[in-house]
Amino acid sequence: MSSLNEIRQMFFVECEEQLEQLTDGLDTLQDAVSDGTQDGETVNTIFRAVHSIKGGAASFSLDAITRFAHIFETILDEVRGQQQELTPDLLQEFYGASDYLAGLVAQSAEGDEPEDAALEERIAAIAALSTAEDDGEVDFSQSFVPVSLDFGFVSAGDEADDQSAGFSIRFAPTAALYANGHEPLHLFRELETLGRLTVEVVPDDALTDETDPEVPHLAWSLSLTTDSDESAIREIFEFAEPHADLTIVPLDPPAPAFDLSAFEAPAEDGEGFAPPAGPENAAESADSSSSTSAEPEPQLAEAEPTVPEPAREEKKSTAKAGPKATVRVDLDVVDDLINTVGELVITQSVVTQSIKEAGLQPGTRLAVSLEEFQNLTRHIQESVMAIRAQSVKPLFQRMGRIVRETAQIAGKEVRFVTEGDDTEVDRTVIERLVDPLTHILRNAIDHGLETAETRAAAGKDTQGTVTLSAAHRSGRVVIEVADNGGGINREKVLASAVSKGLVAENATLSPSEIDRLLFTPGFSTASAVTNLSGRGVGMDVVNSEIKKLGGRVSILSTPGEGSTISISLPLTLAVLDGMIVDVAGETLVVPISAITETIRPRSSQIRRIDRGTQTIYLRNTTVPIIDLGQVFGYADAPALDREGVLLLVEDDQGAQRALAVDRIYEQRQVVIKSLESNYGHVPWIAAATILGDGRIALIVDIDEITNTGTPALQPGTPATKEVPA
Amino acid sequence: MTLRILAIDDSRTMRGLLRASLEEAGFDVTTAEDGIDGMERLEAVAPDVIITDINMPRLDGFGVIEAVRKSDEGRSVPILVLSTESGVEMKDRARRSGATGWIVKPFDDARLISAIRRVARV
Repeated sequence: MSSLNEIRQMFFVECEEQLEQLTDGLDTLQDAVSDGTQDGETVNTIFRAVHSIKGGAASFSLDAITRFAHIFETILDEVRGQQQELTPDLLQEFYGASDYLAGLVAQSAEGDEPEDAALEERIAAIAALSTAEDDGEVDFSQSFVPVSLDFGFVSAGDEADDQSAGFSIRFAPTAALYANGHEPLHLFRELETLGRLTVEVVPDDALTDETDPEVPHLAWSLSLTTDSDESAIREIFEFAEPHADLTIVPLDPPAPAFDLSAFEAPAEDGEGFAPPAGPENAAESADSSSSTSAEPEPQLAEAEPTVPEPAREEKKSTAKAGPKATVRVDLDVVDDLINTVGELVITQSVVTQSIKEAGLQPGTRLAVSLEEFQNLTRHIQESVMAIRAQSVKPLFQRMGRIVRETAQIAGKEVRFVTEGDDTEVDRTVIERLVDPLTHILRNAIDHGLETAETRAAAGKDTQGTVTLSAAHRSGRVVIEVADNGGGINREKVLASAVSKGLVAENATLSPSEIDRLLFTPGFSTASAVTNLSGRGVGMDVVNSEIKKLGGRVSILSTPGEGSTISISLPLTLAVLDGMIVDVAGETLVVPISAITETIRPRSSQIRRIDRGTQTIYLRNTTVPIIDLGQVFGYADAPALDREGVLLLVEDDQGAQRALAVDRIYEQRQVVIKSLESNYGHVPWIAAATILGDGRIALIVDIDEITNTGTPALQPGTPATKEVPA
Repeated sequence: MTLRILAIDDSRTMRGLLRASLEEAGFDVTTAEDGIDGMERLEAVAPDVIITDINMPRLDGFGVIEAVRKSDEGRSVPILVLSTESGVEMKDRARRSGATGWIVKPFDDARLISAIRRVARV
């Protein structure tokens, strides 16, 4: 079945949702535990999430998940059944278990098998939480053995010591048998699979014209010659038995004759056959007359509470929005749509521009319609972008796991708070935020938060708080990690930077400049590299990763009060805020996110170092000038000789460069059109776009140009540049 | 005659698996995502066999069985419970509620289909 793979994919997607529900539920429980309000439905939801994961995993033979989910579910069931009280400690265990389960799911999705020893250890640890009485020796890890089906085929004649040649069976159904979907014929056919069967019908004397059609008046005598034992027969009647009189008597091996006496006892109590009941209470009387189901009353009463009362359910669900209705669409389809809409936007602006050039008078009907068209196009574009957007919640929950794990290793008490979980961001952006955020959070806990003793000495709550928040701010997404730790130790940072030769010894740096040193490559404050944040990458990697997404990282720190690291990102990767510039008659686009300021330099500021290299002296620093016209070979003479302007940009290393261009046209959003699929990597060009007049403009790759584009080093020979792997 | 199956399970994965294997066997499959949803579809679908999960939000499998048995449309429709559980107590409760059979998840295609054919009144 080819679709099995698809369903497998569906399973992992669903797992993510269930893990989300699981974490949500645990968070709700945590609140409930702290203010003493217990909530049965939340435990139920958590239980169901784990249970569903188990069920799905078992279907795909993902044994590790199945076994772990099973043991986890067992403990949850104890809490659900109030055999165990939910203590804060137990809740922490649940968090741990759900993190581990998430890890198992992620591993399986990748097709990896978890380490056996670790799995056994986790299973044992969770099993140890059980308060179940039965002799502590119960091996939960083994108790869930998936059995395909215990409804059907029974292996015939396996045990040799049961020598009985067969059974005589008396089967007298009550109305409830038919009411519950059974059909004697099917049952008998099933019996036939066990051996040779003879069936004889025993009609009820009371069969008259006034017979109630819903009350059965027939019974059967059956004789089965088989090697199977009685339990095999009982199994076939397992679900039918409560609704019928069933007697199974072994036939003596030497005397296979039909032994009628076996039926005498039950036949005498008579009533079992045809309860003289009206249709309205047929089922009830059937129950009471059936010898095998004499006890249903108390259990039925017990069963009732599990049917949820709608009113109660409603009250609980008002707190949180219900599950969102969604449609799953192939990402390629969405990308295709986004591209097409991008074309539409371009075409629309071409049309607008052409009509204006043709001398359109404002206020005419065409002008009004055109404006409407423009608004609609923009609206469509925004809606399409929203399709790719995803809430950051799963990302934040994943980060919650990182925080718990880090806090445990660092031995610090951490309260993790998230804000703006519903904020939506392009899914590609979300995926690429995982590593940077992981790193920032580890840093915040490891370096940001003080130890409990230090905090206590400073009069702070011994439990540190790390807040992860997301919000939309003026067309961008801002994600912040804030800790209420000690703030950046600027003296230490500066001393470290000086000792590493990153900063001159006598340099005077402003506090914010010192803070930014954290993003300098080769910088690490931890004198002893801890096994947490010191993993060979520093904040500089975070910085360059975010820049690749068209974002910026900034840091704000107050001594004694903590630090906040903000990541500001574009809403989507498909559209870019660009500065449209003229370079020797060619139109280029420079991403605005990289530009820190634009400068019209006075000639006194410009210094020429050698034949081709110019620099600008700006606020006590010398910034190299990169002349775009010369880099791309559009012009021989520098733009500054033609009264050009400079765009001050910062590359991913934090180094400043000034790009010389002839003229700035405007600042606008452009649709990014990748060149890579057609041309491979083009040196110094990130992508292309189509402008309103239909012309194609290239988008400059700032990082590449600032690192390698100094014209003195590479005099206009982009073709020789090596393509990075 | 094509057998109409109403499969009730809150897990999308399970619904997918059920649909795939039952449609392959030539059944007409309708899925519902919980007990309430299942009951709402009961009349329109008029199934020959109902397959239901036990653990579900809003209305669980026991609730489904009881509601079906009380309904006008399908009170004698065979109901197969599909559950990861195989405990005696659970089975017993399902039986008393009016279930016709019990199948343990993960299910084996062939056995599920033969179980359906066995209980369906055709």
